[in-house]
Amino acid sequence: MLRFATRRLALALLVALTVSAISFFLLRLSGDIAIALAGEGARDIDIEAIRAQYGLDRPLLFQYGEWLLQVLGGDLGTSLFFRTSVGALVLDKLPVTLILGISSLLFALLISIPLGVLAAIYRNTWIDRLALSIAVVGQALPNFFFALILVMIFSIGLRWLPVSGSGSWQNFVMPTIALGYYVAPAFMRLVRAGMVEVLSADYIRTARAKGLSRRSVIVKHALRNAVVPVVSLSAVQLGYLLGGSVVIETIFALDGLGFLAYESITQKDFPVTQAVVMLLSVFYVLLTFVGDLVNAWLDPRIRVA
Amino acid sequence: MRLHTAALLTGLAPMLFAGHPAFADQANNSIRFAYDQAPESIDPYFNNVRIGVIIGQHVWDTLVYRDPSSNEYKGLLAESWERIDDRTLEFKLRQGVTFHNGEAFNADDVVYTLNFVADPENGVTTQQNVAWIDRAEKVDDYTVRVISKEVFPAAIEYLSGPLAIHPNEYYEEVGPEGMDRNPVGTGPFKVVSNEPGKAIVLEKNEAYFEGSPKEQGPIETVDIRIIPDRQTQVAEMLSQGMDFVMHVPKDQAEQMEQVPFLQVVSGETMRIVFMQMNTLENSPAPALKDERVRKAIMHAIDRETIASEIVGAGARVLDVICFPSQTGCDASAAPTYDYDPEKSRALLAEAGYGDGLALDIVAYRERNQTEAIIGYLKAVGIDARLNFLQYAAMREQIRAGEAELTHQTWGSFSVNDVSASTPVYFKFEADDITRNPEVRDLLQKGDTTIEPEARNAAYRDALALIAEHVYGVPLWSLPVYYVATSDLDFTAYPDEMPRFWEMDWKD
Repeated sequence: MLRFATRRLALALLVALTVSAISFFLLRLSGDIAIALAGEGARDIDIEAIRAQYGLDRPLLFQYGEWLLQVLGGDLGTSLFFRTSVGALVLDKLPVTLILGISSLLFALLISIPLGVLAAIYRNTWIDRLALSIAVVGQALPNFFFALILVMIFSIGLRWLPVSGSGSWQNFVMPTIALGYYVAPAFMRLVRAGMVEVLSADYIRTARAKGLSRRSVIVKHALRNAVVPVVSLSAVQLGYLLGGSVVIETIFALDGLGFLAYESITQKDFPVTQAVVMLLSVFYVLLTFVGDLVNAWLDPRIRVA
Repeated sequence: MRLHTAALLTGLAPMLFAGHPAFADQANNSIRFAYDQAPESIDPYFNNVRIGVIIGQHVWDTLVYRDPSSNEYKGLLAESWERIDDRTLEFKLRQGVTFHNGEAFNADDVVYTLNFVADPENGVTTQQNVAWIDRAEKVDDYTVRVISKEVFPAAIEYLSGPLAIHPNEYYEEVGPEGMDRNPVGTGPFKVVSNEPGKAIVLEKNEAYFEGSPKEQGPIETVDIRIIPDRQTQVAEMLSQGMDFVMHVPKDQAEQMEQVPFLQVVSGETMRIVFMQMNTLENSPAPALKDERVRKAIMHAIDRETIASEIVGAGARVLDVICFPSQTGCDASAAPTYDYDPEKSRALLAEAGYGDGLALDIVAYRERNQTEAIIGYLKAVGIDARLNFLQYAAMREQIRAGEAELTHQTWGSFSVNDVSASTPVYFKFEADDITRNPEVRDLLQKGDTTIEPEARNAAYRDALALIAEHVYGVPLWSLPVYYVATSDLDFTAYPDEMPRFWEMDWKD
């Protein structure tokens, strides 16, 4: 187990390092940062001043090395745009994104587990097909468009919810639904498949034969087993949700990491973009790592692979 | 875009039948203003976005104020001024003015601020605004002199625009970072809350000095929220979650005009639109070195029609590459060119391109306008291939001499003087891709001549020369669309500066 864990950890670190290098160089490939930072109205003197100020005239490899050393020392650098510490900026925005990610995950589980269970129990009936079509729509509808439909109904039509902002819990309702609905289908299919398999297992027949109530059989015996893979999928999906929040946070002007990422991209604030990309990928790598460990602990066969 | 706005508008349908709720904000005199970009700092010297300029003018004052309707200079923090010599201006300052933190305003504030920003070490974002200043000197407590490095005729214009005055004691203590966190100025509004990248709240400065040309109206609070997504801004306006947005695209503005509780106001801005043509020695499009080809391009485009049909209300067709109200933007000697596709084709044939000509055009905004231009060029046999880029990428290409045709815009930083526009593209700066030494010398003469008539003549001749040789195609000025609650009374000015201090409610 320990050997497996160390190997996985080394792999995770390698992935994080590769992501950092790729994103660093891709960002630099996207154009002359000094011109971009100076903005539309800038004249020569403005651009040259910026180039000198941020040391953008030095070799790229040198700039990357310097950045990497800084990051390893716990310093994410200074935002070129806000001129404040990137670490502080990111920490400030992290809670909103975490709340959104976790609430979307809960929302997704809340709709997908009952739907998956119902679809499995009433396999091949209209209930199954309804659940399937809900899933198909969720997966097919781009979440920015779904967000717009929600806004149209709940903000403009009914005036129940504020369109944008992050001041109160009401601001999180539509983003949670828009983001959560998109990942729900994956869970639903997993629950349905798991339930279908489990329901035909011998021990369920035994449970039924013992005369246990239908409810007890489904919830206590079947669901508990069918839901195991959902746990490890949750870890991966949470990473996805954190990344997917870029679009949703921007649409709803929710002041989180995704919003910061979008702003930093449009402003060519590359230390911030770099930090957010880094942070999200480290999260993703970490969650996958934990998921792997949990799986390996549950199922010893994985450790050998 | 159009589809999405239309979709959002359909959400309104049930509400229109039910009647809309009363305007909540007139009662407490507050305006909620959504903008799509955050300022990098509130300190006006350390940002280069429009919202930064807007906040700057509300929270700080400048020595001089340019009346946006008459373009006349009025005293603001200065009561009067006179020119001592070619490089020196002397200002008599207003007495009894205090900063938001209670510090009294006097000559020390002016001297400290101007000397601080003029020092390149301090890294002010827009160097062109301050690089002309050599130093400021105190004569007595309420008299200062501002000395420019060279002869700089546009000094008053700059001192009425970007050069806000900071309180010297406070600024010396906290620096630009502290000024961003807790901004202190003398202006008609003060900053009461600032969440970087998210929201800024301005509140009326009740202690604002009497007699300021920035006269205060009833607005007590301006609640600025950063909402990057256009559709979200539209949705906020439709759900009455916001009261004021600007830079709304024409098609969306037209759709929102139908909403009973909203008004759409459009106005011309100082942003000019024009095309550059690469005539440099190593131009990737040698055809552009032929004046007949350039004239053919000029005659091919129906600028009047594009301006009225596509650009929108408030747009004006330009004869020269500068904004008409800018001092020195004199088009009187410049030849003009009609829309004449026949003549265009004839010129092309004469130049040896009767069978057609292929050129690249780079552009970065208002793509529909570029496409209209391309359509007109196609009609005379010029196949213009669109290369639509981010601004920085386009500018890099131009500066490297790799661009052929460009579809450009320039806002002059709202500086109402031609030295802030034409020279950028024709005085051998990096963006100049025609480089005519004669034009350069005339512009240089204009930039450094104090005497108004001689100065004007130099610019007039430079602009005439540019037009004669068609070194660029002047197109039109860009309008800006504002959408606001219908009960707000406000004026749109060419400098794209909503002045919340003077806004009022309609009766």
